[in-house]
Amino acid sequence: MTTETSGFTARQYAICLTGVIWREALRFLHQRERFVSALVRPLVWLLIFAAGFRQVLGVSIIPPYETYVLYEVYITPGLMAMIQLFNGMQSSLSMVYDREMGNMRTLLVSPFPRWFLLGAKLFAGVAVSILQVYAYLVIAYFWEIEPPTPFGYLTVLPALMLAGLMFGALGMLLSSAIKQLENFAGVMNFVIFPMFFASSALYPLWRVQESSPVLYWLSVVNPFTHAVELIRFAFYEKISWESLAAVAAYTILFSAGALIAYDPAKGMLMRKGG
Amino acid sequence: MSAEPLALDVAHIGHSYGARRALDDVSFSVAAGSFTVLLGLNGAGKSTLFSLITRLYAAREGKIEIFGHDVARESGAALRRLGVVFQARTLDLELSVTQNFIYHAALHGIGPAEAKRRGAALLERAGLADRAKDKARDLSGGQMRRVEILRALLHEPRLLLLDEPTVGLDIKARADILAQVRTLVAERRLAVLWTTHLIDEVTPSDDVVVLHQGKVLAADTSANIMAATSTESIGAAFEQLTGAKARDAA
Repeated sequence: MTTETSGFTARQYAICLTGVIWREALRFLHQRERFVSALVRPLVWLLIFAAGFRQVLGVSIIPPYETYVLYEVYITPGLMAMIQLFNGMQSSLSMVYDREMGNMRTLLVSPFPRWFLLGAKLFAGVAVSILQVYAYLVIAYFWEIEPPTPFGYLTVLPALMLAGLMFGALGMLLSSAIKQLENFAGVMNFVIFPMFFASSALYPLWRVQESSPVLYWLSVVNPFTHAVELIRFAFYEKISWESLAAVAAYTILFSAGALIAYDPAKGMLMRKGG
Repeated sequence: MSAEPLALDVAHIGHSYGARRALDDVSFSVAAGSFTVLLGLNGAGKSTLFSLITRLYAAREGKIEIFGHDVARESGAALRRLGVVFQARTLDLELSVTQNFIYHAALHGIGPAEAKRRGAALLERAGLADRAKDKARDLSGGQMRRVEILRALLHEPRLLLLDEPTVGLDIKARADILAQVRTLVAERRLAVLWTTHLIDEVTPSDDVVVLHQGKVLAADTSANIMAATSTESIGAAFEQLTGAKARDAA
């Protein structure tokens, strides 16, 4: 492990962090189709699924809402979290890809401490996911999905950061620990779909509890549920302390796991090589 | 002479993948300002050794030092003296050459203005100044490799590792790259560890480490190895040492 001080100044740390984020943003801008598909996905849910379901599912008044809300309004925080979940998984896959292309090795051969390099990579992914969420909110605004006051766009930002960090850390953990998750279909089936459906993204949990206690408990421990609720409350300028605590705890857990997995002494970063 | 620390000192390194022994008691060194060829067939353990020197894996047996700094314990100090060119292409293809330089320099705490200045000077000397704004994707295979070598020099390391840098390139590009690196050794007193399985990249004055099935079979100058094996060429010496036929020039 790196125990010695690496001898860099605070300014040099800032240069390194900025450089990693800058590269990620440039790469993102050069991959337009990635940006468009990141937007189309939640919009399909919003404009087709939610429009169809709004007659079937009535959402009663539950916090943070103070009136009856349209189903579109109810699922928007879930879709914001979904954008971030996809993004977290995508950047974890890009790390698998990078690893094969050697880009991860280029990053890790930097003399900065490894925890800092992985943290910088994580932040870069979160920054990109937040850009995507706001792009979605701009479009959603034209379907009259907006916070009670414009201030909500601001108060949701810290929630997005924290949720983004949690998904990024989860993605990193998965990318380093599970070799089989190398194609997106696998991630969709085993991570994204179960997390998305067994959560409060599409239906309030009290309704789930009535029909299936098992699913209810799965949803309660699901980190995605807490990301959704954290975003939902923050968008309405409120704090869900329970979700905040859960998201913070999961973030620490996943980050620690990722650091252990990438530790050269213990990790299995590379496949068996010749 | 002896006061100067070794550029790279690999001492009694061992590494296993489960039951398979990839490296066994590997020791050799690279003197400052020398060109050392690590010669071995595919599967000899070269890549594993590379991963250990670049701290991708931690060495569990033995010790690796770069200019006297232990890679495991003082990795920051060791890695900042090290430039690496990996076997796989590691440029961001959709970014320009200069943008690639800026990113790499940032990984060493060097700001964008300084990165541009250093990058431009390196490109100029390599005769690639006109490619600075081109996307990496638009470079030829040989140019990409040369740009990767320049990138590895941005933070002015004193030891350069190259892992099979000429694989997949044509004869002209191979010669260019070899000449570029040999010039660096001569002009900057850069220490180079060049891994290859191509015998014809070795000249008689080079230091050669012969790695075979995870073991060092010889580590000396090319001429001394030939003398010790009573052979006329390093290719013949390698064959005699390993009992295998090294792949000659492609």
